[in-house]
Amino acid sequence: MDFEMLSRIQFGFTIGFHYLFPPLSIGLGLFLVISEGIYLKTKNELYHRMTRFWVKIFGLIFALGVATGIVMEFQFGTNWATYSRYVGDVFGSALAAEGVFAFFLESGFLAILLFGWDKVKPTTHFVATILVCFGAHFSAIWIVVANSWQQTPTGHHIVGLGDQARAEIVDFWQVVFNPSFLDRISHTYMGAWQAAAFFVLSVSAFYLLKRKYRDFAFGSMKIAIVIAVVASLLQLVTGHSSASTVAETQPAKLAAFEGHYPAHAPAGMYLFGWVNENNETTSGLEIPGFLSFLVHGNTEAPVTGLKAFAPEDRPPVNAVFQSYHLMVGIGMLLILLSLVSLLFWLRNSLPEKRWFLWVLVFSVLLPQAANQLGWFTAEVGRQPWIVYGLLRTEDALSKSITAGDVLISLILFGLIYLLLFVLFIYLLNEKIQHGPDEPEMVEGHLA
Amino acid sequence: MITFDLNTIWFLLIGVLLTGYAILDGFDLGVGALHLFTKTDLERRIMINAIGPVWDGNEVWLVTGGGALFAAFPDVYATAFSGFYLAMMLLLVGLIFRAVAIDFRSKQPMAWWRKMWDVSFSVSSILSSLLIGVALGNIAWGVPIDADGEFAGTFFGLLTPYPILVGITTVALFMMHGAIYVVMKTEGELQAKIRGWINNTIIFFIVCYATTTMVTLLYVPHMTDNIRDNPILFLLPLANMLAIANIPREIHLKRNFRAFLSSCAAVAALLALFGVGMFPDLIYSAPEAANSLTIYNSASSQKTLKIMLIIAVCGMPMVIAYTASIYWIFRGKVKITEGSY
Repeated sequence: MDFEMLSRIQFGFTIGFHYLFPPLSIGLGLFLVISEGIYLKTKNELYHRMTRFWVKIFGLIFALGVATGIVMEFQFGTNWATYSRYVGDVFGSALAAEGVFAFFLESGFLAILLFGWDKVKPTTHFVATILVCFGAHFSAIWIVVANSWQQTPTGHHIVGLGDQARAEIVDFWQVVFNPSFLDRISHTYMGAWQAAAFFVLSVSAFYLLKRKYRDFAFGSMKIAIVIAVVASLLQLVTGHSSASTVAETQPAKLAAFEGHYPAHAPAGMYLFGWVNENNETTSGLEIPGFLSFLVHGNTEAPVTGLKAFAPEDRPPVNAVFQSYHLMVGIGMLLILLSLVSLLFWLRNSLPEKRWFLWVLVFSVLLPQAANQLGWFTAEVGRQPWIVYGLLRTEDALSKSITAGDVLISLILFGLIYLLLFVLFIYLLNEKIQHGPDEPEMVEGHLA
Repeated sequence: MITFDLNTIWFLLIGVLLTGYAILDGFDLGVGALHLFTKTDLERRIMINAIGPVWDGNEVWLVTGGGALFAAFPDVYATAFSGFYLAMMLLLVGLIFRAVAIDFRSKQPMAWWRKMWDVSFSVSSILSSLLIGVALGNIAWGVPIDADGEFAGTFFGLLTPYPILVGITTVALFMMHGAIYVVMKTEGELQAKIRGWINNTIIFFIVCYATTTMVTLLYVPHMTDNIRDNPILFLLPLANMLAIANIPREIHLKRNFRAFLSSCAAVAALLALFGVGMFPDLIYSAPEAANSLTIYNSASSQKTLKIMLIIAVCGMPMVIAYTASIYWIFRGKVKITEGSY
């Protein structure tokens, strides 16, 4: 395999593995703020136990996020040195802001969240919870700023020629509020909230099925259902808005979403399908004119297709088509699941619907899959560019390393991450099997 | 004479971040390096929990230092990280294993499980310290840089005697620093035991430090140019030696906190010496000294340096304030409770 492909696989693999954890930290942060807030307001011991249990889970997830996150920060320099030289002036500020404003906040106050129960007043602990939640959300802002700038670069100018060319910042706020930023950060947040909400639903449904910790599980579920309903419905809005921006700013990517080849013709939307990239045709179940309608409000309006781009400027079409459609399909399923959960809750029949609880137990995989597929769509859909329209991925690699070096590190990460994943699942399972502490244990510990 | 332009300010600020990292994570790594010298399970839990609430925040200094280097001097970040590729990968492996060892060790009662993570905590702490030192040793000694600013050497070319000496000195420094920290955080038998180790760690460090100083004076003369040209800077090595000499005195007087402050001052003075030696180079190029990456030829635009300065001036005082208050909350001796590692 060639150097470029190996480097892309390594980046994709390490970022994909890392991204199992941050969405859960972001969403669980929100969950903890709500549950601890209810505890402080009502003094109901149930919410105290709930917060303490989910804080422990949060700690485990956060640790994995940190351990795998530091790899990401190094990897721009180790494997994508030319890219780092090119974007450092623009990208660096966002990364530095993330460190200064978000990482310190998150990791500092996490100490109080995890170990401070007996050392600080309950309200101080609550403030720490809010700050950890805020830090988690804030760190996502800066990394999505940087990534959105790669998709829709604005606020910079290019200095130097050929190998020496690089992007330099002209307007900081234009870099931050580049055209795709707001859509993409809200889409990312909702994905993170969904990931955590269905995670909580899954564990709680498991307890209900085992007829254990009924009040605890049902209480956790109620908060999670509210988050799931809100996030899943809003995801429809942010998803649509994101796609509209892609249509405007990255037409080749949009065309790949729907396998739309004709350079200038009305476009439909496929429920599912298959793209034959050799014949440049797409077949499947199509709603004619629907993409035109979503983008332009008119089923007859033409949408720029892949044939408007030279073959070397097109992304891989079928892979993007499939990942995009799977993501959208899962998104719809999540709306259905969260609304059905809400319905059963309102009818007071949720704990009795055993078949549905089993569905919820496995539903934890869906938002995780959708998050991964969404990033795959966004990043592969941007190809062959690493910075859209400015720098090609093939020109962005490190010059002082070889395919052999990357192969060694890829194997190394493969083995270590496999070990980490097995350990994570093992310890998570232990914590879930152990369950929340009984009321007297929490009381005794406080005393 | 030094002019305080933005490039120089960022040289200083990255120095501050790396010094913050060395002072704070330095004792975490040192505790890790000493970990296997303790014997019972309780002692080992106390060692880990001495750094339990803070190591994670301490590592953020490295993450932010790396981010700042990327932003302020992207060519240095790109050249060093890609040039030291396999060494960087090993450092990442070390940091990952340290993180998970701390987190996973006490989550299972089995002896083999705990032993496995004890070894991995200690080995990864030593490996990480060593590699950080080797990297510093290399950028001081000089690595081959070509006319395009790319690293032109090999992995094994990085493992020459001087960088390895700096690496071992780093391990020794962190072991001393970590031992003093643990004495501050423990009581009773364990404290007495570790107090007994401190003199050994100091001797180990001073031997390494004296050797490194001699070798630097004899073989790395460019590291001493700035001090020779500005004799006032000679105060730095002097302050450094006084700080080191003060440690056994404070330990003898059982003023553990003041011993720790002295140790922090020694770490800071050492990094300041390193910075003074390097300035204005960030990576020294050997044999072609003209290809060295400096704070001018590898920097971001003045505009970016200015924006980042605003970010740093707004953010860092807050960071320092709440980091201090978190240390205050977790002050005092380690107690193992149900929530501990």
